Parts: sequence; structure tokens; C-alpha cells
Amino acid sequence: MTMTREPDAATAPDGPPPATPPRASATGRRRRTPITWVRGGGLSNLVFLAPMLIVFGVFSWGPIVQSVVMSFQKTNLITPPAWVGLDNFARVLADPNLGVAVLNTLYFALLALLFGFPLPILLAVMMSEVRRGKGLYSALAYLPVVIPPVVAVLLWKVFYSGGADGVFNTVLGWVGIPPQPWLQSSATAMPSLVLEATWAGAGGSIIVYLAALIAVPPELYDAAEVDGAGIWRKIWHVTLPQLRGILFIMLILQIIATSQVFLEPFLFTGGGPNNATLTILLLIYRYAFQNSLGGDYGEATALSLMLAIFLGLLSWAYFKLTERWSTN
Amino acid sequence: MKSPHSIAIAGLTALVMVGSLAACSQAAEDDGKLELRVATFPPGADQAAYDAFAEQEKQFEEEHPDIDVVGVEYEWTAPTFAAQLAGGSLPDVFTVPFTDSKTLLENDQLMDLTDEIEELGYTDKFNPVILNEVTGDDGKLYGFPRQAYANGLHYNRELFEQAGLDPDQPPTTWDEVRAAAKTIAEKTGKAGYATMTTGNTGGWQLSVQADSRGAELQTDNGDGTYTSTIDNEATRETLQYLHDLRWEDNSMGANFDLDWGSINQEFAAGNIGMYTTGSDVYTALVRDFGMSPDQYGLTVIPTEDGGGVLGGGDIAVVAPTVDEETKAAAVTWIDWYYMQKLLNEDAAVADAKALAEADQAVGTPVLPVLDQETYLESQEWIADYINVPLDQMTGFTEGIFEQTPVGEFKGQTQPIYALMDNLVQAVLTDENADIDALLKQIDVDAQALLDE
Repeated sequence: MTMTREPDAATAPDGPPPATPPRASATGRRRRTPITWVRGGGLSNLVFLAPMLIVFGVFSWGPIVQSVVMSFQKTNLITPPAWVGLDNFARVLADPNLGVAVLNTLYFALLALLFGFPLPILLAVMMSEVRRGKGLYSALAYLPVVIPPVVAVLLWKVFYSGGADGVFNTVLGWVGIPPQPWLQSSATAMPSLVLEATWAGAGGSIIVYLAALIAVPPELYDAAEVDGAGIWRKIWHVTLPQLRGILFIMLILQIIATSQVFLEPFLFTGGGPNNATLTILLLIYRYAFQNSLGGDYGEATALSLMLAIFLGLLSWAYFKLTERWSTN
Repeated sequence: MKSPHSIAIAGLTALVMVGSLAACSQAAEDDGKLELRVATFPPGADQAAYDAFAEQEKQFEEEHPDIDVVGVEYEWTAPTFAAQLAGGSLPDVFTVPFTDSKTLLENDQLMDLTDEIEELGYTDKFNPVILNEVTGDDGKLYGFPRQAYANGLHYNRELFEQAGLDPDQPPTTWDEVRAAAKTIAEKTGKAGYATMTTGNTGGWQLSVQADSRGAELQTDNGDGTYTSTIDNEATRETLQYLHDLRWEDNSMGANFDLDWGSINQEFAAGNIGMYTTGSDVYTALVRDFGMSPDQYGLTVIPTEDGGGVLGGGDIAVVAPTVDEETKAAAVTWIDWYYMQKLLNEDAAVADAKALAEADQAVGTPVLPVLDQETYLESQEWIADYINVPLDQMTGFTEGIFEQTPVGEFKGQTQPIYALMDNLVQAVLTDENADIDALLKQIDVDAQALLDE
């Protein structure tokens, strides 16, 4: 049994032979044939991968392909679908709510970026400086992530209760601030959603940053200290540059995630009051399930497809633009 | 250590096992009976409701041993209904409001039941206005109208008493409602008056309240097209009224995120003085939301300027995806569960008795789906079992037949209700909401839906 070849095979799961298979180099043959593929462990790799390929194919790629097809159809999932070409796209683009939803989504993303992006970095840096009880702080920070999102939202809904006896309003009452409408006013609804989303999401990011911070070579800090740098200068000149790669990834991940915000507006406000928290995904949901009993599944998938393409292009452009900065 | 071959064999074994497990789970269901999944309780129903249903299920299965009835939780809401329909998780028998039957018919989403209803022999017994709700353009029948209601003004007698108001003399004009709401809010700290705002129910109740002031929200042009006329004086008045209750009187509490379920829950919990909804909600309030019957009061919605009272109802239908055998069983069940108790003395008494023994409401005020004669007769059959406090509902039962019934507007009903949600939300959450501008815009948006 050739132990050495197994890791090679594992890195090339869909069949291509290892770059320098021992036997190929011995005979001088580098061509790939079914026999070398089987001998190279291709069959067992395939069998090993089969469950995952099937699951992905059926539950992930199948629906994606189906929804692309559906975006060109009019269907209610009961009667046979009819092809309508680009009609669905035209109708979605003409919907006055689309503008509202795009602006609201941008507003959510912007607020989430302002509050939600720096906070986990700050907390992670602070936590990495702590000498004792690090595990406790990590656990506390990660706790909100463990709570099921729906439960968290329902819990916060109680906190946000608009009367003077709501949890947050009671606290505000102690310092003499009058009750706030939180979710019941167009002005405060969106910031309230962002606050909860930040609370719910920060823990995951903190863990990622903490892991990245461990990888920063301690010598750099020592060197900075020798040069007389204080804590802020160390963070600015050592920590942040060292985290640069991970920061860029987290930023694009956050932009993608906030563009798809659905749970918070759906559960907190249903898009209200008066469409103040209607986001793109909520609009997609409404096309499919609310605005018409037949369900405008075609329009819903058309809008989803446009959003997916937009996010794909955005990610591509982002990585092209930051290619030079994110790698040192 | 493992060779590639043993890994391959292990992988194949795993696949075969998964496959055979899947096969097992399918075979286990087959016990020779036809399983019929029927909508029964709304989510959150209490044990007594399950007990009452279990008794009815037993009676039915004794008469029809080849059918295994399974009661399923079900509540009609526009979004979940469409999701359940799309996902194929609807019960075999369920109910839909009149407003949606037309849309469902147009989308071929209901099963044709003409032959079955004809065979049962009571097509001509139905109230023709109501039968019209389940008749397609092709003249075929797509469901059994099982219950109809008019909207009413529901009030909490205990809050009335706490506020020093007489619960036996409920308000009869919108001005009196406003004054009572203000008193309740001031004296008890609870919301004196509330209205639904989300999930299309905001639009539904706005339409109820505007209709009572004489609004006509849509014109039927008679050629299959409709013109939206939401921007009218009565709607404006209604929105201004809600605005003033909220901002001038501060008598609507602090929660403006209410749909059918949550407003009933709040009302049953004693946090709301008055609200409007269908007259048949008593059963749900007491059975599912745990309201004490002593607190409950019902009267008619005030009508002004030639306004009428909006009615509605629901029909029992069969899922469009079931096979012929299930369809036949479904019809048998609908006839037994919903219709016989309206038509047949023995069935009516048995049903009323079973419900009363399980402490469930019997005699909630509804509107007849069958002809008036049959209805009055059926009320006599069950007179001994009526256990709802009808004397707390006299404002409604005595006043309702003097009001003009109004149907819901026909074109794009639910989507336009969804648009109208925003009107209600705007006036309740923004003190400076520009009602004129909002009304002007909604007709444009509603017309766009109607012209699709």
C-alpha cells in the first residue's frame, strides 16, 4: 500500500492525477488514462465524494438551476409554467417598491458597517490583551451566536416593546429619557434592527479575529515596544496591518450578508412601518408568498437572480481592486 | 490501515443503507386505511379543543372505518398559505376566506367539486349570494361555503367597568367609540382602541372601518376590469380618526404591529378595550387565546353616512393535488364535519353536545350560509347546548339585521389589502403622515395591480 499517494489523491478529488505521480515519473509517461485514474485511487475518491456530490447536486445546485429557469416563467407551481421571456425582470424593475427596498438595504448595510464592522475588531483586540479569563470572555462574546436567531429576535422584540413598561424603555426611564418607539417609528426601526443584528453577529466575527490575532508574530510587538510604541500605536502599526487579509475578507462577507438581510425585518417589523424596513430579500419573499395568492415565483426568482449576479460582480470587482493590498 | 477498495466498499455500503432506510420509512405508513389530513385547530389551541376534536374524529371513523382522519394545525394567513401551497404541505381539506376563492379559482388552485355537491343534493339549499363566492366563471362549484360572518365591534367588559363605562351600553357611533377609548386609556392605562396593521389585515380592517362610513374602495366596471377608488372622503376620515386616536388622545397603546393572531391575543389578555373583526372570533378568543367569557362583549360597528358592514366567510375546499380516492374521502369529511350539522337535526345535536361537553363554544353569532329557514331551524335544534354568553352580544345580534351588508372588493383583494397596511401603519407611527399624499399614491399603486 502506498501511503504517500493518499494525501495527493485527497487534494485532487475529482480525478486529475497528482502532478508528479511516482510511477509516472518512473516510466516517463504523464498521460492520464482511466487505468491510471483507477490505480491512482480515483474510484474510491469518487465513491467517497458521492454522498456529498449527490446532496449538493440535489439540494443546492438543483434549486439554483431551477430558480434560474423559473425566472423566465410564469408559474404558480400547480399549473404548467408558461415561458414569458424577460417579462419578470421588466416587471420587477418597474416596481416602485424596488427603489425603496434597495435604499433600505443600503441603509441597513451602511449602518451595519458603521456599528457592526469595527466593534468585533475592537472587542477582539481588547480580549486578546486580557491575560486571565480569556475563555470566559470568548464564551460570553459567542453566546448570542448560539441562541437560535428567531428566538433572539423574539426576545429583542420584547426588549423593544414601545410602551413605558418595555425593557429598554424602563432602563431609559431610570435616567429620565422618555419611552422610545423603537420598532414603531420609521425613523428608529432600521437602527433598532441593526443593533440587534450586530449583537447577534459580533460573536462569530470576534472568534475569527481572535484566531487571526494569535497568528501575529509576538516578535513584532516586542520590536514595536523596543521602539517605544504604546498600545494604540501597536494596534495601528502592528495588529491592523497583520489582520489586513482577514479584514478584507470579513468586509466583503459582511457586505454580502447585509445585502441579504431578511430575518430581522421579517420578524421584527414585517417591512413596516410604512415600508421603512422593506429590504430586497423581504421584497423577494413578498413576490413569492404574499402579494398574490398564486405567488409570483417568476418575479421572485428574477429579482433573486439579479441580486445574486450583482453580488457576484461586486465580489469580483472587490477582489480585483484589493488584490494588491490584501496580500503582502 | 485502509486500502482504496475497502474505502469504496464502505462507501457503497453506506449508500445502500441510506437507500434502504428511506424505503423502510415509506413502507411503515401503509395500514390499509386512507389517511386524510384535515385542517382543524389554529396553532396554539388548548387541550380541550383537541379532546373535542378527538371525540368527533372517533364518531366519524366509526361511521367510515376506511378513513383515518388526522387533524392538522392550520391558520389561514396570506403568506403562509401560499408557502404551504407551493411546498405541498397543505392539509387535504382546508378552509379559505371568500376573498381568496376567486383568485384561487383563476389560478386553478382549487378542486372542482360540482358533481360531489350535486350528488349530496343540497346545492339549492345554499344562500345564493354565498354560493356565488365558490362558483367559477365556468359555473362549476369549487368548495362548500361553511361559515359566514359580519364584522363587529368587540369590547372588553371588564375594562369598560374599570373605566366607569357601562358594558351593557356599548358605543353606537364612532365619536362614542373615540370617547370610550380615551376614557379606558386614561383610567386603565391599556389601549382603549386598537386596529390590525400587518399581514394584509391592516388593509382588511381599514376597509371595514371605511365601509362603515360609506366608502366604496373599488368600482367594478362590469367588463372584468376594476377601478381603484380608495382615495375617497370616507377612507380619509377613517385614517384621520385613527391618527387622532393615536396622536391626540394617545388611546391606542404602544403596539402598532398587530395581525389577526396578535390582536386577538392582546384582546384576550385584557390589553385592548375595543377592536373590530369578524363576529365569529369568540370561539378563537375563548378556546385558543384563553379569554374569560365574562369579559367578552360584542356589538355592531357604528355605521354613518350610508355605510354598511363588511362581511366575509370561508369555504371548505380540497387541496388541488390529491388523488380521486382522497378527494372522495375529503368530500365525505366536509359533508360530515361542516355541513350535516347545519342540515340534519341529529348531526347538529351531536356536534353541539360534543362541543359543549368539551367546554367549547356553541352558538357563536354567524351569518347563515344556508337559507334563512334552515338556519333558524338549526338554531332551535341546538338551543339547549348554546353556552356562549349571548346576552353579552345583544348589541350585535339585535343590530346586525338592520345593517346593510357589504362584500369585500373583488379585484386583487389581498394584494391591495397589503398596500393598505401601509396607510394604517403610516398614520399610527408617523404623527406628520401626509394622508392626502398617501391616498393619492395608493390609488396609483392599486390600479397598477388591477391593470396587470
